[in-house]
Amino acid sequence: MKIVVPFKSVPDPYAGPGAAAKSVVNPFDEIAIEEALRIRERGEATEIVGVTIGPATVDEQIRSALAMGVDRALRIDDSRALDPYAVARILRALVAKEAPQLVLMGKQAVDDDSNQVGQMLAGLLGWPQATFISKIEFLENKTRAQCTRETDGGLEVIVVNLPAIVTTDLRLNEPRYVSLPGLMKARKKPIEVLTCEQLGVTVQPLTTTLSTARPPKRAAGTRVESVEELMVKLKQEAKVL
Amino acid sequence: MAATLVLIEHDRQQVKRPSLHAITLARQLGGEYALLVLGHGLDAIAASLVSCGASAVIVADDAALAEPLADRYAAVIAQAAQKYGAKTLIGSSSTFSKDILPRAAALLDAPMVTDVLALEEVNGERAYRRPTSAGSMLATVKIEGDRCVLTARATAFEAPAADAAPCPIERFDFDPASLPNGMQFISREQRASDRPDLTEARVVVSGGRPLQDPETFERLVGGLADALGGAVGATRAAVDAGMAPNDYQVGQTGKVVAPELYIAMGISGAIQHLAGIKDSRIIVAINKDPDAPIFQMATYGLVGDLHQLVPQLIEAVRRG
Repeated sequence: MKIVVPFKSVPDPYAGPGAAAKSVVNPFDEIAIEEALRIRERGEATEIVGVTIGPATVDEQIRSALAMGVDRALRIDDSRALDPYAVARILRALVAKEAPQLVLMGKQAVDDDSNQVGQMLAGLLGWPQATFISKIEFLENKTRAQCTRETDGGLEVIVVNLPAIVTTDLRLNEPRYVSLPGLMKARKKPIEVLTCEQLGVTVQPLTTTLSTARPPKRAAGTRVESVEELMVKLKQEAKVL
Repeated sequence: MAATLVLIEHDRQQVKRPSLHAITLARQLGGEYALLVLGHGLDAIAASLVSCGASAVIVADDAALAEPLADRYAAVIAQAAQKYGAKTLIGSSSTFSKDILPRAAALLDAPMVTDVLALEEVNGERAYRRPTSAGSMLATVKIEGDRCVLTARATAFEAPAADAAPCPIERFDFDPASLPNGMQFISREQRASDRPDLTEARVVVSGGRPLQDPETFERLVGGLADALGGAVGATRAAVDAGMAPNDYQVGQTGKVVAPELYIAMGISGAIQHLAGIKDSRIIVAINKDPDAPIFQMATYGLVGDLHQLVPQLIEAVRRG
């Protein structure tokens, strides 16, 4: 089985306030990479192809994916501000070229928080999808996958025919740390660079971010010294009890 | 014909209240809107929707739609949007909509905006405000073309009044045999609870890692929630530690809540958690660390040991 793992480079969401955020592999995509590695380590996958879209500056995050153990890495060279639908259309061309049995990716990127690309890609390809998964097992000689999904109402189990698009939630696994020798080895691995033109895809983003702003800050309120004082505040000041 | 279709979510028994809030976004957009419900055995649910001011309640009712499988649901939704000439498709921000609507958007060749908080106008053109980066930024987004798919943050839009003259219920006919067949429903976790739904409750009590174990979590967080008639939430850390089920998680990747009263117990205030609570009207924080970031945004902060304070609070609430 061949697995394609699309991933995005995002500002480190765990960088402290004020710190210049370095870029990292989107944490949900890192979980997808980890799961692909575990599937390969159990002997159920033969090749893992990592793919990202961006200018050469994202090569750093491609090295991280290679250091984790991805077999082969591709970068689709495009430095435009793409929207999820544009990304999905580019990935459709890439998936058509690579013909994997499974596309495994994060459920959302933690910078944009859109949670769209996997589902759009599945729709464009006409493939089954299993979103927000916390568990995956292969059935019937890897022709189907049983997935546990995290939904608002609790856990749900579905079976999807392969090939399929699967998007990962937080509790699927704990990604491994990249070892120094792994990182050294990754420096020597080639990164294949493709253009949208080479993939035969022309896309224009249909959504544009006009501006961004910080939301109004919630003012800190008052400290209370006791449960009694809290009860008085909740009843008389907030009138919520 | 309807300019906008609003996808309504239900649990087979009744409509999910937050999904009605998306109707308010449809009203703000202007033009006629119809409600779209998919499932099997929908007569009572459809009947409960006729007074929401829509031009029609469109019902796709078939055994093939008994479970919300994304491939089938997206196909039927796209067919309905085409048949009714709807340019805009709206759902509320839930795992149901987030699973199905992006797929429908791709089938309709339309862009999508997730988690709309408000409509804006920029240089005479419509734009949409939405949160990014765990709510630490607000983006104003414009769409090219006349078609789009939106999800509305239920906490950002009021529930619509349900006092309009009843609208017709229309059956949407489609060919079940033509639907995709690559996904199969196996099971859903069933957990009986007398507590209100987390995203609909007037009061939410949440706990973090210091609650230690499921028993303590239930006794203190559950106990206070029950005394207040509220719902129970949890941080990612508490869920990861096995103290609470996954769907109790509040925050960037869990649920977004905006109750009248949110009580955070033993929660330090990671940005990912704060993203899910900051529109609550009153936030109470109880934490033994006086420097915990949660105190920066809490309406009332109480520093101390929650194992001592929370039983006192439960007792005080019970006394009234």
